[in-house]
Amino acid sequence: MLLTLTTTHRPATDLGHLLRKHPERVQSFTLNFGRARVFYPEAGESRCTAALLVEVDPVGLVRDRRGPSGEGGALDQYVNDRPYAASSFLSVAIAEVFGTALSGVSRERPELVDRPLPLAVTLAAVPCRGGEGVLRRLFEPLGYRVEASRGPLDPSFPEWGDSPYFRVSLEAEVPLRRLLAHLYVLIPVLDDDKHYWVGDDEVVKLLRHGEGWLPAHPERDLIARRYLKHRRALVADALDQLKDEGDGSPAETETAADAAEALLESPASPGRELPIGVPDPQSDPDAREPSLNEQRLGTVLAVLKGSGAESVADLGCGEGRLLQLLIRERQFGRIAGMDVSHRTLETAAERMHRDRWSEAQRARVLLLHGSLLYRDDRLRGFDAAAVVEVIEHLDAPRLAAFERVVFGHARPATVVITTPNREYNVTWPTLPAGRFRHRDHRFEWTRAEFRSWGAAVAERHGYEVRYLPVGPVDPSLGSPTQMAVFERRTPS
Amino acid sequence: MTITVPELSLVMLIGVSGSGKSTFARRCFKTTEILSSDFCRGLVADDENDQSASREAFEVLHFILRKRLAAGRLTVVDATNVQAEARKPLIAIAREYHCLPVAIVLDVPEGVALERNRGRPDRDFGPHVVRQQAQQLRRSLRGLEREGFRHRHVLRSPEEIASVAIERQPLWNNRRDDHGPFDLIGDVHGCFDELVSLLRKLGHAVDESSCAVTPSGRRLIFLGDLVDRGPKTPQVLRLVMNAVREGVALCVPGNHDIKLMRALRGREVQVTHGLAESLAQLSAESGEFRGEVATFLDGLVSHYLLDEGRLVVAHAGMKESMQGRGSGAVRDFALYGETTGETDEFGLPVRHPWAAEYRGRAMVVYGHTPVPQPEWLNGTINIDTGCVFGGSLTALRYPEKELVSTPAIRTYATPSRPFLDRPAAESAGTAGVPAQARSAQQAEDDLLDLSDVAGKRLVQTRLQGGVTVREENASAALEVMSRFAVDPRWLIYLPPTMAPCGTSRVEGLLEHPAEAFGYFRQEGVPSVICEEKHMGSRTVVLVCRDDAAAARRFGVLEGGGICITRTGRRFFDDPTLEMSVLERVREAMSRSGLWEELATDWVCLDCELMPWSAKAQALVREQYAPVAVAATMALSEASRILAQARDRGVAVEELAATTADRLDLASRYSQAYRRYCWPVRSVEDLRLAPFHLLASEGAVHIQRDHAWHLSMLSRLAGDLIIATPSLTVDLTDPRSEAAAVNWWEQLTARGGEGMVVKPQSFVARGRKGLVQPAVKCRGREYLRIIYGPEYTLPEHLERLRSRGLQRKRSLALREFALGIEGLERFVRREPLRRVHECVFAVLALESEPVDPRL
Repeated sequence: MLLTLTTTHRPATDLGHLLRKHPERVQSFTLNFGRARVFYPEAGESRCTAALLVEVDPVGLVRDRRGPSGEGGALDQYVNDRPYAASSFLSVAIAEVFGTALSGVSRERPELVDRPLPLAVTLAAVPCRGGEGVLRRLFEPLGYRVEASRGPLDPSFPEWGDSPYFRVSLEAEVPLRRLLAHLYVLIPVLDDDKHYWVGDDEVVKLLRHGEGWLPAHPERDLIARRYLKHRRALVADALDQLKDEGDGSPAETETAADAAEALLESPASPGRELPIGVPDPQSDPDAREPSLNEQRLGTVLAVLKGSGAESVADLGCGEGRLLQLLIRERQFGRIAGMDVSHRTLETAAERMHRDRWSEAQRARVLLLHGSLLYRDDRLRGFDAAAVVEVIEHLDAPRLAAFERVVFGHARPATVVITTPNREYNVTWPTLPAGRFRHRDHRFEWTRAEFRSWGAAVAERHGYEVRYLPVGPVDPSLGSPTQMAVFERRTPS
Repeated sequence: MTITVPELSLVMLIGVSGSGKSTFARRCFKTTEILSSDFCRGLVADDENDQSASREAFEVLHFILRKRLAAGRLTVVDATNVQAEARKPLIAIAREYHCLPVAIVLDVPEGVALERNRGRPDRDFGPHVVRQQAQQLRRSLRGLEREGFRHRHVLRSPEEIASVAIERQPLWNNRRDDHGPFDLIGDVHGCFDELVSLLRKLGHAVDESSCAVTPSGRRLIFLGDLVDRGPKTPQVLRLVMNAVREGVALCVPGNHDIKLMRALRGREVQVTHGLAESLAQLSAESGEFRGEVATFLDGLVSHYLLDEGRLVVAHAGMKESMQGRGSGAVRDFALYGETTGETDEFGLPVRHPWAAEYRGRAMVVYGHTPVPQPEWLNGTINIDTGCVFGGSLTALRYPEKELVSTPAIRTYATPSRPFLDRPAAESAGTAGVPAQARSAQQAEDDLLDLSDVAGKRLVQTRLQGGVTVREENASAALEVMSRFAVDPRWLIYLPPTMAPCGTSRVEGLLEHPAEAFGYFRQEGVPSVICEEKHMGSRTVVLVCRDDAAAARRFGVLEGGGICITRTGRRFFDDPTLEMSVLERVREAMSRSGLWEELATDWVCLDCELMPWSAKAQALVREQYAPVAVAATMALSEASRILAQARDRGVAVEELAATTADRLDLASRYSQAYRRYCWPVRSVEDLRLAPFHLLASEGAVHIQRDHAWHLSMLSRLAGDLIIATPSLTVDLTDPRSEAAAVNWWEQLTARGGEGMVVKPQSFVARGRKGLVQPAVKCRGREYLRIIYGPEYTLPEHLERLRSRGLQRKRSLALREFALGIEGLERFVRREPLRRVHECVFAVLALESEPVDPRL
C-alpha cells in the first residue's frame, strides 16, 4: 500500500525534518507484519513529497494469524487485498514510522509542529465502505479538498461495475501532526475493518488521536462505531466520553441504531453499517413509538398469555428476545427456546446471563439446539409454540417438513406464526421493488398467500386459524408483519 | 451335577450371608457377569458392608443390570436375595428386558454360614442376622415359582455347591447359525391349493396327496396363521407339519394357530373369525391327527433370529428390543403385534406402527395384517397379502428379497376391514405427491428424525468401516442442512473433498505430477488415469427420465431432477436455467441410449460446471477481482513514483525492480482468474463436464474403472456436456510418466487448472488400506488464485511448501467412503434416514478444520 505526503511550504524540504526522514535516502523499517520504506520521489525547495510504501507479508498473515481471524475472514486468505489497500496496517505503519511527527515532536523545526502547512496526500488504493460520499463526509468537515477517482473492477468485465477502491487525494492547510492523526483514525474507518483485536485500549487510542477534532466531527458516531469494530460496549463508552468533551449535541445511541435497523426488518449485511443519515428517532425511549420488532414480540406475548398456555416453546428463538419476555411471565412454568444455530444459542445464553441462573430457572427454561425440519420428540408436550419471523428463512419446498414437525408431531394446542407481509414493502422507499427485507429471506408472502397456506395447514392437522396484524395497518396494504394463530381443535 | 440356564437370563443367587454365593459365582461365571451388592456398596460408600448405603447401592446395581440386559448379556446378581421384596424389583427388571429370571438357591446349614462369617472380621454382625436370613429363605422357597421363576435350582450342601457346573442353553428362537436360503411364506389360512401352487412356482416339488415337500437347497419358513377361514386347513397343517418334521421348513405360530390349539386342548375359546371352519374340517380327521396338531402348534417358537441375526421372522412382527428374547410379552408381540388400546371404525384394535419406528439392523419379515402389496418399511416387510380374502399368497425369497406370489383362486372370507381398495400408504399425501404414487417408505421418509442425525455418531461404511462424526460437527451440519440444503430426498450423495499431491521441490512449483505418481506407486498402484481438471464448480446432477420416474424413485414431484452443489445446496438460483440444464442432460441420456443400456430411469452424475463465475460470481467479484485491482492500483502508482525518485538519483533500483516484478505477478494473477470467467446469459453459455457416472437403478458403478466412466460419459457430449480428456499412465514405465508430465505441462501452460490423478479402478486398496480415490495436481498459474498473486516469490514459496496433507487425505478417504455408502444404501432402497445419515456425515466432516487451500 502506498501513501504520499506533499508540501509546498517553503522550504518544502522541511518536511524531511518534520518526518525525521532524510529526503535523499531510502529508509527501511521492519514491522511485525511486513516492511515499510520511506523515500522521496521529489525534494525541492518549492515542493517535496515523501512516500511511505508498506509491504505486508501475505504468507505471514495467514500462517502467523495474530489478528482476529473469524471463520472465512479476510485474514485467513492468501488471496487478500491487505498487502495493497489502505487499511489499519497503514495506520500502524504511520504510527511506527512517523511516530514522532504524529505525536507533535520535532527537534529541528518545533515552530512548524502546530502551524498549518499546505499539505497534500495521495492514497493509491482506498477501500471506501459506503462509497465516495462517506469519504467526503469524513474529510470535508476537517477542511480537506477531496478528490477521488476509480476505474472498473476488472476492465475485461465491464459488467462487474466499478472498483471498490478509490485513488484519493486530499489537500488542506493543516498541521502535519493533525493530518497524520486524521489519516491514522480515518483510514481504518473507511475500510471498516481492523487487522487486530479491538479492546479497551482502542478507545484510548481513538480519544488520543481524535483529540481536538473528533468531538466536533459531524460523523463522530460513525467514526467511533467503525473504528471500534462495532463493539457495542466500546462504542457506547467512547461516545459517552466524546459527548462529555464535545459540543453537547445529542449522540446517536445504540437504541436509535436499533430503531433505525428496525425501519427495515434487518440490515442487509449483519454487523455492517446502516445507511448514513438515517434520521435520529426521538432518543427518549418512553416517548417514541415501539419498534416493529417490539410490537411483534408484544403481540406474540399477548397471544401466548391469552391462550392459557403454561408451557411454551419459542422455535427459532435467535438471540432470545422473546424468551426474555416469556421468562418474566409467571404463567409459563416451562419454556424452551430452540434455534438451529448453535452459536446464536450461545449468544442467547450470554444475553440472558444463563450462567447466573438458579437451578430452578435452568429447569424452567431450556435452550435446545435443533431444527424445524427434523422431527424432534423434545418439542412434544408444550401447550404453545411461537415461530416468529422464521418460516421465510426456509426454502418453500421444505415447508412441508416444517409443517409436519410442528403441526404433525409436536402438536401444541396453540401455534403463533409471524412472517413479513410483502404487500407492505412498497411503503419503504429504501427497499428496491421486488427485493426482500433480508437477504436470507427465501420468500415473502402477501396476505392472501399466507392465509391460503395457513388455512391448508390448519385443515390438514385439525387446527382453527385466525390472523392478526402487527404494526401500523395500511388500509390497502395491511400491516408490515402478519400473524397467524392456530388453535388445535381436538385434544391430541 | 449340571444346571442349565438360558443363555440370556438374570441369574439370582439366593442364600444367607456366608452361604458361599460369591465363591460360587466366581467359579461358574465370568467376573464381569457378576453384579454384587457388596461391590456396589463399596462403590457408593467406600465400605462393602455399610448397610446404610444399601438403597443407593441397589440403585447402582439396578442401573448396571438394566444396561447389561438391554445389551443382551447374562447377568448374575450376587446378593442375599432372601426376601421376596428384594427379588421383586429384579424380576421386574428381567421382565422389562424380556429376559428369563433364574433362581439358584444356596441353602447351606446355618452352622456352616456362621462358621464362615466368624472367619471374616468385616462380618461382625451377630448370629441372629444369619438366623433371620435363613428363616426368610426357607419361607421363600415355596413361593419362587409364583414369583415368576420358571427356572429354580436349590443346592443343599457345600459339596453340592462345589460340584455344580453351569451349562448355558441357547434360546429356542436363536437360529443365528442357520443361513438359509429361505422362502418365507405369509398367512396361508387354509388355502392349500394356493400354497401348493406357490410352492411349485418357487421351485419346490410338492406331492399333493401326501402333503409332502421334497427337500431342496431352499427351506421354507411359514409366518403363522396356517389355519382358519380357508377351505383346507387340515391339508395345510399336514404339509407344514411334515415339512417341519423333515427339516424342510420352520414355522412360527400365528394368533389363529394358538387359538385353534387351545380349542383342540379343550380350553374355552370364542369360536369366531374362521375357527369354526377349522374345527369342522378337523373333525373329519382322526383324533390322533388332532392331537398331533395340538402338540405341533403348542411347540412352535414365537419368533426366530436367523442368519447371524440378519433375519427375524414372526407372525405379527418383532421390535428390536424384543428380538431374540423370551418372555410372555415377546410371545404376545409375535402373535398379536402391538396395539394402542384404541379401536378403529371397524371395531378392530388400532395397531401401534412399530415398523415406522423400527431402527434395527435385522430384516423383519412378518404377516398378520393383510396388505394389498408387500412394502418395505425401515427394513421390515409384511407379506400377508390376504389370500383367504381374495388377495394373493406371497412368498419372500431370502436373501434375494424377491417377492413371488400366487393369486387367490377365490374369496373365501370377507375381512372386517376392507384391505384391497385401501391406498398403499395411509399417511402419504402431505407433501404434494398423490398417495398412490409413493411407497410406504417414501411416505415415512417425508420426515427425518433429529435423533437419526444429531450428536456423536459412528456411521458404518462398507469401504472404510466405521466413520466417526463428532458432536460439534454434526451440530454445524444440522444448521447448514436445515438452512441451505435441498430436500433430503434428492440429496443422496455429496462428493468427497480431494487432497492435492505431495508438495514438490521443483523450483518455482508447489505441485508437480511426479508427486502424485510417486504417491500411487508407493501405495502399490501400478497404473493411474490422469483426467483434465476443469475449473468450474463441482455439481452433482441427478436426472430422471421424466417427472413420474422422479416421483416413483425419489418420492418428490417437483422437477425431474436437480443440480446440487458440493455442500448440498441447489446449484442454480434460477429455476428455468436449472430446468434447461437438466433437459439437455436428459436428452443426451436418451440420444446416447444410456437409459436402456443401464436399464434405469434415473442417473446420478458427478460433474464440474463451467464457468467458475457462474456459481462463484460473488467470490470473484468480492474477493478475487478486488485483489487484482487493488494490487494494480497500488503497485503501478508505486512504480511510477519510484521511477521519479530514481530519476533524481535516489538509490531505489532494487525496490523499483521488485515492485515491477510484483506488478507483473498481479497481472498474471488477473489473467489466471479471468480465464475461468465468462458471462452466462443462458444455458448456451454453460459447460458441464461429467466425470463419474456414479449410480443408476440397481447399481453404484464403483466396480467399473475410470476408463469406463469416461467412455460412457463421453457419449453424452454435445451442446452442453463436454468430454473430459484423459491419459492413462503406467507407473512402472518412466517414459509413460514423462509423457504424462508433458501432458500436464501443456495443459497448465494453456491456462488449465491442472489434472486429477486417479487409480484406474474406482476403489483401490494399497499398503495401508484404501488409497486416495483421486489426487489433484494443480498448475503454477492456477495456484495464484489459491495462494495469492505473489506466492511464487521464493521467500513465500519456501514457507508455503510446509503444508500438512495428512488431515486432508484422511478426510478425503472418510468422505469418499461415506459418499459411496450413501449411494449404495439408496440403490438398495434403504430408508431415507440411512442415506441421509451418510450425506449428513459428509457435510459434518466438511466442518472439520482443514487448510482450505489444499
